[in-house]
Amino acid sequence: MTAKLKNRLLLIGIVIAVLLILPMFIKTEYTINLLLLVFLYVSITQSWNILGGYAGQVNIGQSAFFGMGALVMRLLWISGLPAYLSLLAGGLSTLILAAVIGLPALRLKGAYFAIGTLALAVIMLITVGNIFPGVSFLPGKYLASYSLTPRYYLSLALMVLTTAVIYLIVNSRLGLGMIAIREDEEAAAATGINTFRYKVLALGVSAFFAGLAGGVYAYYQASYYYFTPFELIWAFEPLLIAFIGGTGTIIGPIIGAVCYVALRELFAITLGEASVIVFGCLFILVILFLPGGLIEAAGKVSKLLVRLRKGPHKI
Amino acid sequence: MPFEIMVQSLIYGIFVGSLYGLIAVGLSLVFGVMNYLNVAHGTLLMIGSYVSYWLFSVYGIDPFITIPLVMASLFLLGSLLYIGFFSSLAKFHSEVRIKNSLLVSFGLMLVLDNVAILLWSADERTITTSYSGMVFDFLDLRFPYVRLLGLCLASMTILALHLLLTKTYFGKAIRAASQDWEAASLMGIKVSRTYLVSFAISSALAGMSGALFCLSYAVTPVIGEAWSIKALIVVILAGLGRIGGVFFAGLLLGLVESVSVFFVGASYQEVVGLVIFVLVLMFRPQGLFTR
Repeated sequence: MTAKLKNRLLLIGIVIAVLLILPMFIKTEYTINLLLLVFLYVSITQSWNILGGYAGQVNIGQSAFFGMGALVMRLLWISGLPAYLSLLAGGLSTLILAAVIGLPALRLKGAYFAIGTLALAVIMLITVGNIFPGVSFLPGKYLASYSLTPRYYLSLALMVLTTAVIYLIVNSRLGLGMIAIREDEEAAAATGINTFRYKVLALGVSAFFAGLAGGVYAYYQASYYYFTPFELIWAFEPLLIAFIGGTGTIIGPIIGAVCYVALRELFAITLGEASVIVFGCLFILVILFLPGGLIEAAGKVSKLLVRLRKGPHKI
Repeated sequence: MPFEIMVQSLIYGIFVGSLYGLIAVGLSLVFGVMNYLNVAHGTLLMIGSYVSYWLFSVYGIDPFITIPLVMASLFLLGSLLYIGFFSSLAKFHSEVRIKNSLLVSFGLMLVLDNVAILLWSADERTITTSYSGMVFDFLDLRFPYVRLLGLCLASMTILALHLLLTKTYFGKAIRAASQDWEAASLMGIKVSRTYLVSFAISSALAGMSGALFCLSYAVTPVIGEAWSIKALIVVILAGLGRIGGVFFAGLLLGLVESVSVFFVGASYQEVVGLVIFVLVLMFRPQGLFTR
């Protein structure tokens, strides 16, 4: 184990430890809620990132998987199944959806996959809105025992699990194959990578973790419309966060989620409803001028600093 | 099931389908010429509807007369959007163009939708003209005049676009740029200008669809999303980037949707189109009308 890796692991350990003991010191629900949302956004963005950022298959309908996980988890949980089992079932149910749309669409080129996922997201939104038009309330006995702390820990655990699993995948042979597909699919196939299998694997992992994130949402919210987690904003947010932070990196979604939640809180107070406009503009600007996100910007700045220190003539 | 009702709903399917065809032609043009996938296309329809609505309710001008005005303003808006957001993507090759234009227009859709909500509120708006409810009766079948005129105008516009693309020098330039933009620019065609005008024409067509739309439906700021998806479905049915069969694919979707109401009910009408779309993606990704 290199010294650099050791330092990094130590740092991650410290951060997680701090996050673990934080609820004992912070008693304001507001802060805990914000942190919980950050964890949730990191999870759903990481799940988007393995397919969109690493394997290069842009999914603009992640809300379908998120919503599916939320719906299945909520229905099973309210019908009396233990929460953790319902959560798992919610995650697994997304794999069916992924098989329906993903397997055929992945055989095709990027644009078809993107449109197919968008269509799937809208199909799900309309269908669920028709079947369950009402609000999902938690039954009284669940509400009586509702407390924020277990939700906080569940969300934290999901974030750590998602990030760790995706980190391990993308730093293995599998991940290299996915990156090769992103860079040049034909060349990847020519070097002996079974591109379809790699893409399916990325989609499966992506859908599963998005479903788990949806399940956590269903566990966290006391009442919401059944179709709320299917709304397209849940497809847009992971995209936005991934692009702000930097797609195809592990740290990108984390930085992106922290910035996003912080900025959104700021804007929600000052701008209200108009905050979506600001985020939309920000998203477009990032795509056009900073395709690598904040990670790339940080890299550029540090290179510039090194150059300035060394003097202009040396480069 | 009474025969007349069936025929009546088929007729409505054709009316709706012509609107689908008109909105999809613009999307297909942009994709065919420059490989941009503009998912904000339906949002342009929404804006066109509002322009038409305001011209009618503030100045009292007949919505059919203002169609050229709506198209002109959307032509201008399209040019501005192209210069501001899409022109810088032209330097990439087609894969990156598709992906980035998709993302940019996705953001644009959210921005424009929310700007519309701020400016015009989320209330439903409808245009009621003196002839709105009038119908032409033929063999017990009802043909609303508004719809008939809309169908005629849509068909004529498609025909005009077809003539523009096939018979004029500018149309030749558009087709050359869509086949091979590098070769086209070597032949002295100003590719960037061709792109700009194609995008603006597409936007103007969306504006016209919007003007026809608000004559028969209520307008809200959020209709854009649904119409972008409708246009995408039609474009995929016809084959991505093929302008030829788009109008007929639109009619087909309209017919299928109107018939499906009998089998699955009105609330799943939208889903039927999407399911067909997914099936076509699965089994005939090259489109229905291509070999």
